[in-house]
Amino acid sequence: MAIVLDALSWAMLVGGALFVLIGGIGALRMPDFFTRMHASSLTDSLGPMLVLGGLALQSGWSLETVKVLAILLFLLITGPTATYALGHAASVAGLKGGTREYRASDPREPRA
Amino acid sequence: MIVVFSLFLLSLLVVTAIAIVRSENLFSAVMLSGIFSLLMALNFFILDAADVALTEAAVGAGVSTVLLLGALALTPTEERRRKRERKVAATLVTVTMIFLAISYASFDQPRIGDPDAPVHRHVAPWYLEQTPELIDIPNVVTAVLGSFRGYDTLGEVYVVLTAGIGVLFLLSAGRPGLLPHRREPRIESSLKSHLIPHVVGRVLIPFIVLFGLYVQFHGEYGPGGGFQAGAIIAAGIILFALLEGEGAALKVLPPRVLVGLAIGGALLYLLVGVACMLLGGNFLDYSVLAADPVTGQQIGIILIELGVGLAVTGTLLSIFHAFAAREQ
Amino acid sequence: MYIVASLAIVMTMCLALTRALLGPTVYDRVLAVNMFGTKTVLLLAVVAFLNGRTDFLDLALAYALINFIGVLAVLVFFQSSRERAAGKPGEQR
Repeated sequence: MAIVLDALSWAMLVGGALFVLIGGIGALRMPDFFTRMHASSLTDSLGPMLVLGGLALQSGWSLETVKVLAILLFLLITGPTATYALGHAASVAGLKGGTREYRASDPREPRA
Repeated sequence: MIVVFSLFLLSLLVVTAIAIVRSENLFSAVMLSGIFSLLMALNFFILDAADVALTEAAVGAGVSTVLLLGALALTPTEERRRKRERKVAATLVTVTMIFLAISYASFDQPRIGDPDAPVHRHVAPWYLEQTPELIDIPNVVTAVLGSFRGYDTLGEVYVVLTAGIGVLFLLSAGRPGLLPHRREPRIESSLKSHLIPHVVGRVLIPFIVLFGLYVQFHGEYGPGGGFQAGAIIAAGIILFALLEGEGAALKVLPPRVLVGLAIGGALLYLLVGVACMLLGGNFLDYSVLAADPVTGQQIGIILIELGVGLAVTGTLLSIFHAFAAREQ
Repeated sequence: MYIVASLAIVMTMCLALTRALLGPTVYDRVLAVNMFGTKTVLLLAVVAFLNGRTDFLDLALAYALINFIGVLAVLVFFQSSRERAAGKPGEQR
């Protein structure tokens, strides 16, 4: 049983690390802001789920498990909210997706 | 392995710092300084300095971004371009000289974690040995900050208070009073119209304040203490101000209460010291506060940490409101 | 295994930092900072287990709670600067 749990937690850790990395590559390589956000936001939920889940399995039932799960809970609540808020702000400001090149009308820097 | 990590993160820190200096758009400089603070906290953490890392986390993640953005709202976002002749040669020579001098000096440095390094042989062993005996709390850092080096921490609290007073003076220039008076905010910028962030933020505030209280009163056992707790609680209340508008936050905690918290916290620390003197001990020698010296030390540390927490919360929030008041 | 995970997270942090440096829009930078924050929480948690200092998980918890405030502050900043631009037309800042 312990070996199964161990193997499962290692698999989750490595899988989570893989997703985190994929998200990073996507955020760097995707052509425009909304696709970049798409890449990073989805993996920002799945990556922590797997990585922190793996850590929770490693720590057994203890205070650490509770803390790891609390971290996971807060990340899962705040991450999508931050993504939503950012995407909303960008679309209200008139940023358009789907173009490879930025047009002159796109707000490059804040128009404050 | 950890040393490799640490070096790598340090070099990222250098890249970020250069980018901050070179960026002409102040907004991107603020964003990069957020990354700088995250990297700094990671470096502290990898060096096992959890208390310092928690301070960096508490101040850097929430409060400093908010304050920098508040300052940015008062200024143009682009750095003014100055026409200056580029003195490339002189710059290169200066930087190279400083680099060589620092590299030369670093040869005399002990290795990281070397137990024979001078800092580890001076007073540190004494602190480590005496803390269980004299104060009996697991976190030696709290013992050192609160009791052994209580004078230094008292000084730091007054530095925070003085800095707060200075910022209030600067930002209230050309206004009738020092404190931002109760007023009708003209631009009520809040996130009330954004339903999802509003709901999620409101759910989060109690947890942030609870975590702040945990850090405040758990500082004897784990990383944390008054400074960190003060910054975390201030961050929670700033979140409330962002969600509900600044006026709502001022209704809950008016400026006078905030200044009272700042001054009251600093005075609480000082009065604990004076009480020790009145009870026949030295200034800030908490052993006389209870019949048992160890209990006295613990009571003293809890009281002064409370003072530090109140002072930091009050000061940070006063600064935040001063920036917001200036914006209008 | 902790090492593999932490290496991947550090690599991702580099990628996010590159995105923050490249821009090109201001929203990309905010996105990069947000990503960087999440990766910091993960790295803190993994390194805490790697070093066996699990009592330091408080730090990751602090970031998980507080990081969000920065993004919201940016939003309020955008919103108020737009309101100001709308309220005072003709004034370019």
